[in-house]
Formats: sequence, C-alpha cells, structure tokens
Amino acid sequence: MNLSFFDQFSSPSLLGIPLILISMTFPALLLPSLDNRWITNRLSTLQLWFINLVTKQLMMPLDKKGHKWALILTSLMIFLLLINLLGLLPYTFTPTTQLSMNLALAFPLWLATLLTGLRNQPSASLGHLLPEGTPTPLIPALILIETTSLLIRPLALGVRLTANLTAGHLLIQLISTATTALFSTMPMVSLLTLLVLFLLTILEVAVAMIQAYVFVLLLSLYLQENI
Amino acid sequence: GPLSERPLMEVRLGELHAWVSTCSFSPQGLLGAVQRAWGSYCAKYIHVKQGGPAGISMLLAGYCLLSYGWNYQHFKRHRWRKYH
Repeated sequence: MNLSFFDQFSSPSLLGIPLILISMTFPALLLPSLDNRWITNRLSTLQLWFINLVTKQLMMPLDKKGHKWALILTSLMIFLLLINLLGLLPYTFTPTTQLSMNLALAFPLWLATLLTGLRNQPSASLGHLLPEGTPTPLIPALILIETTSLLIRPLALGVRLTANLTAGHLLIQLISTATTALFSTMPMVSLLTLLVLFLLTILEVAVAMIQAYVFVLLLSLYLQENI
Repeated sequence: GPLSERPLMEVRLGELHAWVSTCSFSPQGLLGAVQRAWGSYCAKYIHVKQGGPAGISMLLAGYCLLSYGWNYQHFKRHRWRKYH
C-alpha cells in the first residue's frame, strides 16, 4: 500500500531530471515520419488514416478561414490522445493529471479564439452574450451570466481533463489495492473485484480517448462561434 | 574492415574493448551514435512493408521499464515491500 493514494501524481524526478519531460516527448517517438521512403509501412498507414479521419471530422463545421487551425487542433488531439493512453501503462506518469499543464494548454487556445472573434467580428462576438428572444427584464442578468460562462471556459476545459484522468487513475489504484488486500482472506470477493478492475480499465481507455476528443472538439466549437 | 569502421553487431566480444576506445565521446559523436541506433531500429522493425506489433511493443515496454527505474526511489518504500 502506498503512503498516500495521491503519491502517484507527484511529479517524479531522478537526478534532478523530471520524468514529465520524457513523458511529454516520448509520444513523438511513436509517430514515425516518412522522410524519404517510397514504401509506406503499416504503422504510418494506420496513423495517417486516423489523422485524416480526425482532421476531416474537426474541420467539417468550419469554413475556409477556420482551416488555418487544422494543424494545431489535430496535433493537440494526437498529443493528448497519446499522453492519456500511455498513462495507462504500468509505472508510467501521465502529464495531463497535472492541472498546470492542462490549464497551460486550454487558456492560450481559448484566448486565441476569443481574440480572433473580437478582432474580426466584434459586434457578432459580443452579440453571443445575449441569446435571441430573451424577455427584456432579464437582459442584464443574462448578460452577466453569459459573460461568466464565457470566462469560465478555459478553467472548465483544464479542470475537466485533469479531473477525469486523476479520478480514473485513483479508482484503478484503489480497486487494485482492494483486490490484493482481499486475496488472502476472501478469494471469491477478490475475483469479483478483479472483474470490476478489468471493466474499469476498459472504461479508462475509453475515457482517455474521449477526453482528448472533447477537449479539442470544444475548442473547435469556440472557434466556430468566433471565426 | 578496420576496427573503428565496423558496426557494433560485427565486433567480436574480445575486440569490444578496442572498439570502444575508437569511439568518439564528444557530443557530436554521441548524438550521431544515437541517431544511427534509432535509424537502424526503425529500419529493422518499423519501416517494413509488413510490420507487426513487435516494433511498437518494444518501445512501450522500454518506456515502462524506464518509468520504473525513474520512480524507484519513490516506491521502494511502499509498505508491502518485504525488506525495507
């Protein structure tokens, strides 16, 4: 048993080099680049197919001006996906469980969408603060509410990713501790807990992929409003 | 060919000491060695027409081992380690 269940999220470092650096750069090794080869390999073909699928899905609702964002949104998606999935391997460290990293990703991108909107179409961007058809007495309150919901978007983006991944990792650790602790006394209950752990791991794989997708999808939605 | 130009796999065990002394341990030399090693790994396991799961699995397993080693100081103190 660990000294505390939150120890797994402390950023580990060896000889002063934090593991988070390796965890963030390792995904790049898994994406081979086709520099000068005629014959493509299976790995590249699979990855290219997937990247095409993601890019088309993200860029469909955007018009031509929004396609400038294709590279950053797709690379963000691949980055988050790989980091989340790699974190499910044993003993690895997941950088996206750190709120600092998620806010650092969410805040500048959200601000960029906001400033793009305010610069290119200022009255339309401000007009989003008041939905159509609101009764007149409600207008001041609604503008305050919509402004709050606008300003809370980067916080929501960052915290959503952090909370989902942290909760998942914590649950896996708790249930596996329970399984090991019960094994000597009540083997049947331990087997049941093992089944729950198996299902939970499948859920975590799904959550890892979904959370990456949701992050990027929401950013593209904020972009759609403002571009 | 001469000892310094042979790749590592073709150096016999008795000649290993002599071969290591011909390596350049400058930053450029080390960087070149890493680049060549990575290139030969990719050429053997990844840039093949019908690659299997072996290439990526070895990378992931190596990453797990690296993370284990990096965290060792931290979890050697976990309660269920028999000898502290």
